[in-house]
Amino acid sequence: MNRVPSVAFRVAVATIFLCSGLNRMRAQAPTTPPRAQEPEKKPDAETNPFAPQPAPPLPPGMTGADVNDPRFKLTPGMYDAGEASMGIKHLLLVKKPDAFQLGSADPDNPKVQKTLSQLGVSGTSKMPKPLQLVIAQLAFGNSDFAFQGNHLFQGNFYGVNIFDISNPANATLLTSLVCPGGQGDVSVFKNLLFMSVEMPNGRLDCGAEGFPPEPPAPPPAPGEEKKRRLPAAQKDRFRGVRIFDISDIKNPKQVAAVQTCRGSHTHTLVLDPNDKDNVYIYVSGTSFVRQAEELAGCSGEAPDKDPNTALFRIEVIKVPVATPADAKVVSSPRVFIDARTGALNGLTNGGSHGKDEEKPADTNQCHDITVYSAIGLAAGACSGNGIILDIKDPVHPKRVDAVNDPNYSYWHSASFSNDGTKVVFTDEWGGGLGARCRPNDPMKWGADALFNLKDDKLTFASYYKLPSAQGDTENCVAHNGSLIPVPGRDIEVQAWYQGGISVVDFTDVMHPFEIAYFDRGPIDPKMLVLGGDWSAYWYNGTIYGSEIARGLDVFELTPTKFLTQNEIDAAKTVHVAELNVQNQQKLEWPAKLVVAKAYADQLERSQGLPADRLAALRAAIQGAETSHMNKGKVAKLKSMAPSLEKSAAAAKSPADAARLHALADILKHPSA
Amino acid sequence: MPAVVQPGAPGKPSKTLPPSTKGTLPPPSRADVEFMQGMIMHHEQAVEMTALISSHTENKYLQSLGARINSSQSDEIKFMQRWLAARGEPVSMAMPGMPDMDVSGNPMPLMPGMLTPEQMAALRKAKGAEFDQLFLTGMIQHHNGALTMVKDLFDTAGAGQDADLFNFATDADNTQRAEIKIMQTMLEKKPSEEKR
Repeated sequence: MNRVPSVAFRVAVATIFLCSGLNRMRAQAPTTPPRAQEPEKKPDAETNPFAPQPAPPLPPGMTGADVNDPRFKLTPGMYDAGEASMGIKHLLLVKKPDAFQLGSADPDNPKVQKTLSQLGVSGTSKMPKPLQLVIAQLAFGNSDFAFQGNHLFQGNFYGVNIFDISNPANATLLTSLVCPGGQGDVSVFKNLLFMSVEMPNGRLDCGAEGFPPEPPAPPPAPGEEKKRRLPAAQKDRFRGVRIFDISDIKNPKQVAAVQTCRGSHTHTLVLDPNDKDNVYIYVSGTSFVRQAEELAGCSGEAPDKDPNTALFRIEVIKVPVATPADAKVVSSPRVFIDARTGALNGLTNGGSHGKDEEKPADTNQCHDITVYSAIGLAAGACSGNGIILDIKDPVHPKRVDAVNDPNYSYWHSASFSNDGTKVVFTDEWGGGLGARCRPNDPMKWGADALFNLKDDKLTFASYYKLPSAQGDTENCVAHNGSLIPVPGRDIEVQAWYQGGISVVDFTDVMHPFEIAYFDRGPIDPKMLVLGGDWSAYWYNGTIYGSEIARGLDVFELTPTKFLTQNEIDAAKTVHVAELNVQNQQKLEWPAKLVVAKAYADQLERSQGLPADRLAALRAAIQGAETSHMNKGKVAKLKSMAPSLEKSAAAAKSPADAARLHALADILKHPSA
Repeated sequence: MPAVVQPGAPGKPSKTLPPSTKGTLPPPSRADVEFMQGMIMHHEQAVEMTALISSHTENKYLQSLGARINSSQSDEIKFMQRWLAARGEPVSMAMPGMPDMDVSGNPMPLMPGMLTPEQMAALRKAKGAEFDQLFLTGMIQHHNGALTMVKDLFDTAGAGQDADLFNFATDADNTQRAEIKIMQTMLEKKPSEEKR
């Protein structure tokens, strides 16, 4: 606690040193008109590069987040920040392992020494944590999750950490897999672990050394010393999707590394129900196209200049399950094509924040794709657009719809409702590095956008944004989430970076509302230090949060008026063997009495059944339970089904109708 | 005790690292530092150009675009200054006390795409539709220069391996590419058509 304000103070001191350089730089810009000499030293927020930018005023007609929420003013701290929660209990934080933190003793780096001496810190051993994070924020940042059995895979820009979660409240680190290259998006299938790599420091051999600034210099020819320009092409560089064999969880081995032109920012595992021998990977690349000298055929030209441009496409990798070393790119679908004209850049974003005057720009990349094979569709969040793809032929996905939104800045990710009639998109306004949940940031910007999906067409319904305002040193915007399998409701748990995690009910797609949350104070009160939850996912009864800076968080849901213990218990009846959230699986509930009790609670909340019938229903369920499913008691349950079916036909809402039908189905064949 | 493992290239065995292993970064790159210093200067000119809009044109669309460019580039200048300061680097590539010279004593070069003093003078003099035209062509030139700077960065051996810089340069490239397209569309339309 003490150390944090002192860092900010030292930073302020350092900026006195820095600001004279700033003024010089401004004065020397060649096109700047002559102006009066600025004062040499101005140690205020304006010249302190670490001070947060003030939020601009709210645009007319927009509203901001709630400043009276207990989450708004939590005390700062790296590991001792204030916390607020509702309906969620924090069980555990496993701190990021040393292998994934910048070595504190780094005497070889004179720049680090210089920064520290400017800040009045002697020796890196005393280097304050937030400052250490500022020097290498993303380089060791935690990213997305994948799950299999008792194993949790936490991606990181520096590799992957694998945890044993057989007892979630006591999750323990099994393996740190060092393999830098960012951003470390992960998926798992049987004995294979997939990992995205996009940065130029990625190496085929997982080395952390990256590539040297200058390749070993051949002796220059006389007179050519200055002309020599060496290409950056490196045969050992890796950007694309790595495949590891994790048969030995303590000693994973790299079996394949599939190179792509733009690398892989994210990827999505795709299973073809008709093809058990192969799995597919959709690759979303968002960064620069590398040189053809490094990877043959790569071109970053505009489509009118080069029809083979690596822009305006995604890649599909086919992975033979028995021989993963043979994995390769098998198609590069032009998902933005204009079907009428054949133009590759057929989609325009047309949407930017509130400026309806602005003209459309091309969408040339997907950021992330969520596939839902059970319904043969995928939802792509593709920078300027949200798109729907038909993936019945997974190698050749075809766009069937595209939308944009006047309030959207960057289409980032998507999830389907379990019945496939709704899609929740996220807008990563500010790229995740910015504070975008301040009181003056509009509730429609950097929010979820909820759409109805019918006959492959999307129709906008509503926005949802973290209801609580956050501070200006907290990076905060909509980010990754997963469904929580509460039967009878559409519920998602979602990460908002330093805004914490928020659980939202979107059963009524026009009126999404928050039912639970957890939040910490900022890492630092005076400067924005990148942190917070990248992802928050439900996996087999537990919520896991991937905290970028701090580590792995483990949570459980607790009952509130918004969510009963029966509903939580019913969610826990759903078990999956693997979870890759962007490869969405159809949730199915067993015909257990606890599921019936969850429906009863929901019908009480929605007043979908009269109190006397609810009481009778609950008594019958309890009778069956306490009698260990005595035949007569089970028959009693069964006898209640027809009247419930009848009520379903007259239900007030489609949600209640579905609950009554599902309830009746359970009562016909209940299990304990 | 958790294992710390570093896989080898595909098909090669993995190495077990000692439990005391700490994270390391790729070597710092001069090109990264110069990119950030140069891009600050580059962005400063964009901010200077957008500052002219309110007094030089009444074109609403240009005003709105200018506000957006101004806000994103000011934000980014702040980010770049922070990146440099955190790494103990000066925020300018000029020789201390000699603003017109670089650290080697050579005249400070213009960054790619930057408007020449003559172009800037013409922009300052222009009003109305002429200003709009000069602003848009000038800003397209300016933004294209930024794309060149990003391309040069990633074409330089050892550059762009810093995660924060990589992320920033990638975002800047995407944003400016989109803004160029917007400005090209605005240029193609006659002022009378500037309504939806």
